[in-house]
Amino acid sequence: MNRLVIKGGRVVDPAQNLDGLYNVYVMSGRVASIKKAEADTSEVGSGVDIIDATGLTVIPGLIDAHAHLREPGYEYKEDIRTGTLAAAAGGFTAVMCMANTKPVNDNESITRYILNRAEGAMSRVYPVGAVSMGLKGERLTEMAELKAAGCVAFSDDGVPVANSGLMRRALEYSKVANLPVISHAEEHELVGAGVMNEGDVSTRLGLKGIPNAAEDTMVARDLSLAELTGGRLHIAHVSTRGAVELIRNAKARGVRVTAEATPHHLALTDEAVEGYDTNAKMNPPLRSKEDVDALRAGVKDGTIDCIATDHAPHSSMEKDIEFDKASNGIIGLETAFSVIYGLVENGVFTLSEAVRAMSTNPAKAFGIEGGRLSVGSPANMAIVDLGRSWTVDPRQLNSKSKNSPWLGRVLLGVVVKTVLAGNIVYSRA
Amino acid sequence: MRLKRKDLLGIAELERDELELLLSTAESFKEVSEREIKKVPTLRGRTIINLFYEASTRTRTSFEIAAKRMSADCINISVSTSSVVKGETLRDTAKNLEAMRPDCIVVRHSCSGTPAMLSRYLACPVVNAGDGAHEHPSQALLDMLTVKERLGGIDGIKISIIGDITHSRVARSNIYGFTKMGAEVTVAGPPTMLPPGIEKLGCRATTSMEDAIRGADVLMMLRIQSERQAEPLFPSVREYSRLYGLDEARLRAAKKDVLILHPGPINRGVEISPEVADGPYSLILDQVTNGVAVRMAIFYLLLGGAKEGLQEGVKA
Amino acid sequence: MKKIVLDEKAIDRALARIAHEILERNKGSEKLVILGIPTRGYHLALRLRKEIEEIEGVQLPTGAVDATLYRDDLGIKKDQPSLKRMEIPISIDGRKIIMVDDVLFTGRTIRAAMNALMDFGRPLAIQLAVLVDRGHRELPIKADYVGKNIPTSLKEGVKVHLIETDGMNEVIVEAPDAKG
Repeated sequence: MNRLVIKGGRVVDPAQNLDGLYNVYVMSGRVASIKKAEADTSEVGSGVDIIDATGLTVIPGLIDAHAHLREPGYEYKEDIRTGTLAAAAGGFTAVMCMANTKPVNDNESITRYILNRAEGAMSRVYPVGAVSMGLKGERLTEMAELKAAGCVAFSDDGVPVANSGLMRRALEYSKVANLPVISHAEEHELVGAGVMNEGDVSTRLGLKGIPNAAEDTMVARDLSLAELTGGRLHIAHVSTRGAVELIRNAKARGVRVTAEATPHHLALTDEAVEGYDTNAKMNPPLRSKEDVDALRAGVKDGTIDCIATDHAPHSSMEKDIEFDKASNGIIGLETAFSVIYGLVENGVFTLSEAVRAMSTNPAKAFGIEGGRLSVGSPANMAIVDLGRSWTVDPRQLNSKSKNSPWLGRVLLGVVVKTVLAGNIVYSRA
Repeated sequence: MRLKRKDLLGIAELERDELELLLSTAESFKEVSEREIKKVPTLRGRTIINLFYEASTRTRTSFEIAAKRMSADCINISVSTSSVVKGETLRDTAKNLEAMRPDCIVVRHSCSGTPAMLSRYLACPVVNAGDGAHEHPSQALLDMLTVKERLGGIDGIKISIIGDITHSRVARSNIYGFTKMGAEVTVAGPPTMLPPGIEKLGCRATTSMEDAIRGADVLMMLRIQSERQAEPLFPSVREYSRLYGLDEARLRAAKKDVLILHPGPINRGVEISPEVADGPYSLILDQVTNGVAVRMAIFYLLLGGAKEGLQEGVKA
Repeated sequence: MKKIVLDEKAIDRALARIAHEILERNKGSEKLVILGIPTRGYHLALRLRKEIEEIEGVQLPTGAVDATLYRDDLGIKKDQPSLKRMEIPISIDGRKIIMVDDVLFTGRTIRAAMNALMDFGRPLAIQLAVLVDRGHRELPIKADYVGKNIPTSLKEGVKVHLIETDGMNEVIVEAPDAKG
């Protein structure tokens, strides 16, 4: 029966079209009421915790549709405990974790293991089950079983479902579970030995490039199959202008597709690889300015529904090696909000658009409770100080891994508190 | 005068006056190799490590001879496996090397960027002896020296680089070097071997061999990089040779006293016909001689000066 | 503040006298080779060759020995000294080398030049001719032929200007500026 009131903050909740000074009342882990601050004359009784949010902004807890928590199997890079701590520090109250663990989350026992380990964590964990057994792309997983165990979507992310026949079956069969299939869309043969975007920068650096076509062709295939089967498709980490265009057209035709883009694909171009920084190496790669502009426009017009981190922890053994050999991916949970807020500050997005993409829409796309602060919703929120900056110091990051291109940089927008089910799970001085 | 940097990682970042300094210093060093006692005491007691991850007898030997002619001690380390296989980060590799207190490390690696990445952890100068498809600065310098000697200068001359440009570090370094020194550079090869945006490096690109040969003062024939290509970029060696190989017939269409360069080793009959390789226009052996002089100059300019001022920017 | 210690005529007379001294000491010009230390030493060497030719009617083999690569201060200076020319026109084995430099100061350049020369062969003898000896030797080096002895303080600088390199012929001593 905990009671909590968050007083005097600027509440931004796109789901309710709210943006103003409100007091948020929490009881038993849910939002009990929201009252306009200046008109609120109610007395705060005893036994009620008060969070003074004057000068701060209150948003529904962020929901990450794409993170790699590395447990089971790669605990040296990250585990569920540290990953959810990182999530909470980044303002995320929910994280969907991908299935490319070891062993792969392709059966209910692994799903239950993950949920077990996530018990009591600082952020809610929603597992994504594999599409194919062992991510091998040969046999479908028992999707109904995975859903019953707690999975909220299916994905072989890390690798594409290369066999188009299998992808068709996956989209058809997923209707049994009525959950989306998240596609890591890349055509293997076009990616080849590529390690960064194919373009002027890759030519200059002498690195093998991955053309936009590697993603575009696969996105086109997936959309076509989604249209054919009527299954629900979600395109992970969109990076090209071609893909944005294809998704926009498919949505207009009524295809059941949602899509996400990462903060790094919205903020950086392939120029970031200059100097061979392996913290600029990820898959799909950072692309050109034209692609970044198209992605931003996609988020603004709703073609890209979600901003998801693709948090991919790697240790120095995987990153402090030759560029060609370095593993793909960067961490992102702790910097996502600030990176996106930096774009808000520069006029690329409005704060509402950002919150909609990072909370409202992911909740909707994956049926996760939350993403809004309406009465009865779970009291999951992030309280942020938009006027404060912070330096990304590897020693202070909660994640076990430090592979971020923003190390040492000063970012704007600090998550001051994260509230999960009415409890303060993260607090920053 | 000195070079404005601690390392020699590529030609791209060098300014014209640094290039000229390297070339004129190399010219002076040629004389040392003509003496009976082919040694000067200049770098006596310094330790130079050749860290070669990629097999290469001729480049490594050239650096070794250059080091020894400067009286330095030269150690060759051949690494057959990369960091990930050895389980060692680049930082570990660098710190382990540094524990031997080298004065200079020469690095050749099949992965672009590795010398640059290592140099961030090393206080001593790093010389790039070839990294992936990125750069091979000492090769470009010796090519420029060879051309300068024969033609009296580089300004205004027309040079065509022919072959697998996409995978060629020699091509990239030479494009940068020759354009900085005022030459007109053309690159030519089949469409599958011309990388996107190559013209942004300052050269002209064509798929026509005839176009590339016409009016050129210098022809640089690249080797078909069969060991570095993962996928076949050309249906067959035979077809490549027919379309882009340099034989006597094609040579006749070139300028009367065109110069021919090749970084070596030559695939006789593929990119150059044997008659042309051994013919009078070929400067291939001059290139080898100049290679030692250029590398001596590199060591002199990077190592000869005071150590202070070289420590900035080194990562812990 | 600078003072001209040798003007054009004085330089000419000094070189003429040195040429005579060389021929006198060596009893003629047999087996002599003149090697100047670039840059100005080399030009002085060429002048000496001309003087000797005018006296003896013999043109001696003349060249340059660059001491740069043999210097003992390469690891100390910030800038790399640029390499000059090394031109040994004839085998030095069994010959008498007349090394020529403009100013003899600490003696280190001469030491380096001798080391360089030794890598080319085994001369019968090495003799040193300098236009100016300004003292302050740091090594046991002595000039056999001196144009003029000019005692200086360490704070002063001695500059030789030759028409071949500087557009005029004079030797000046510069005292440091008052604002130093």
